[in-house]
Amino acid sequence: MELFSILYNEVYKILLLLIPVLVSVALIVWFERRVWGFVQKRRGPNVVGPFGIFQTLADALKYIFKEIVIPASADKIVFILAPIVTMTLALVAWAVIPFSEKMIISDINVGILYVFAISSLGVYGIILGGWASNSKYPFLGSLRSAAQMISYEVSIGIIIINVLLCVGSLNLKDIVLAQEKLWFVIPLFPMFVIYFISALAETNRTPFDLPEAESELVAGYQTEYSGMMYAMFWLGEYANILLMCALGSILFLGGWLSPVDIYPFNIIPGPFWMIFKILLLFFIFAIIKAVVPRYRYDQLMRLGWKVFLPFSLIYVVLTASFLIYFDLLPNK
Amino acid sequence: MIAHAIFFYFFSIIAILSAIMVIVSRNTVHSVLFLILDFISISCLFIMIGAEFLGMMMLIVYVGAVAVLFVFVVMLMNVSEQKLSWFRGSKKSTHIPIGLIVGFVILLELIVITGGWKYKDTFSETKFLTFDKDFTNTHLIGNVMYTEYIHLFQISGIILLLSMVGAIVLTYRKREGIKKQDYFRQVSREYEDSVKLVEVEFNKGVKLDD
Repeated sequence: MELFSILYNEVYKILLLLIPVLVSVALIVWFERRVWGFVQKRRGPNVVGPFGIFQTLADALKYIFKEIVIPASADKIVFILAPIVTMTLALVAWAVIPFSEKMIISDINVGILYVFAISSLGVYGIILGGWASNSKYPFLGSLRSAAQMISYEVSIGIIIINVLLCVGSLNLKDIVLAQEKLWFVIPLFPMFVIYFISALAETNRTPFDLPEAESELVAGYQTEYSGMMYAMFWLGEYANILLMCALGSILFLGGWLSPVDIYPFNIIPGPFWMIFKILLLFFIFAIIKAVVPRYRYDQLMRLGWKVFLPFSLIYVVLTASFLIYFDLLPNK
Repeated sequence: MIAHAIFFYFFSIIAILSAIMVIVSRNTVHSVLFLILDFISISCLFIMIGAEFLGMMMLIVYVGAVAVLFVFVVMLMNVSEQKLSWFRGSKKSTHIPIGLIVGFVILLELIVITGGWKYKDTFSETKFLTFDKDFTNTHLIGNVMYTEYIHLFQISGIILLLSMVGAIVLTYRKREGIKKQDYFRQVSREYEDSVKLVEVEFNKGVKLDD
């Protein structure tokens, strides 16, 4: 019986996290389209509901009622598995993201490694989708995406090492609490910029959206998908973008901490700040998609391996020597 | 405790079944996918015994990087459907005897290890990590690896570096006549040395120098 009550409590907590995440995915898609609209001097979706806020809901309904077409020569099991893998992985990683000191589903010791591992698994959804479609464009898209995500994961890993040197723990809560005096965005500002750009590449966003470059590859790995399966890819993608924003705000912007610890700011509850920071990062994501042209593939690879990787490695050495010289190393 | 046992058997059964499926399945991409499933369930088992750092490393290194390369190679080499003639072709296959020999050697090694082989007492002292509740096992592994085993750690790093250099040297080919973007040349190009006005004679044309 005890087992069941634990199970019940956990399910309740998980639902309380997942439903807001899914709803906010719908909302940020609307928000993003509005931002593009304003950047490009048009209205954006403004018909369904007040300010068009239910536009995504209408789109989702349309996807649900569309027919799912599975190509005759596709590998059927893997074809169906791919969007499920993408969406599951995008949602699973939220388990360790802390929204305040208490609001966290599972407070594990290796939280940051867990998020990193899950985001590195995310490439499988795309590879499998592209391969199982048994068609040229999806296959090319998935190969591009695999190479791109692996390259940028390396530099994200090294950026995380930079932060961990200053924290001395892999726990996400400890990472946030270590920033009580100074947010890491100030001493590690170059790393924050590189993290942000790598996050763009990791989530296949413009200017690095080569896997689904519509002018070359139709829609990349999503070409053969239709109906709800396409919507699942798309939900997973946006949940991943939100996750990258959440990780960025935890690593560099002090998570749920308020910017300054004085009266009107510190009575605002932590989750509000966390959500505010996620939205702020997402706003920059949206603006970038509206204003930046797409990279060429060799430029993308050059940027990842020849610019970001050496630079972040040098910064690791710098951070470590600084911490040792001024005797600031955590937990000696 | 019961839940623990249930999860243990769940993950270990998946691990064993997927390991079998890696060999049995005819489609190479499916084999690699089962291999990935195997890695994941092994890392779950690691986490269950409290070695969360090892479990996560297993996920990041094997599933996130090594297996992606496997998938890559298998997809690019286009060997997805193995033909039956690979086993029972007209000419004699050399794969099966070699496979049998390797399997036999591994079996022997397993028997030696599990069957009570004893080193001399003075051969080496095996150190066990003492689990301290105050420290996470990431701290413990780091403490041992960067103090007592620092030389072994560095040597393994150098071996990896060497193999990387070797792989690059083996596959690197210098090709002539490829167009390469030179950022410095591109940026430092001036108007004066790239544009000039030429008087062209009628019906003769003009020869540009590059």
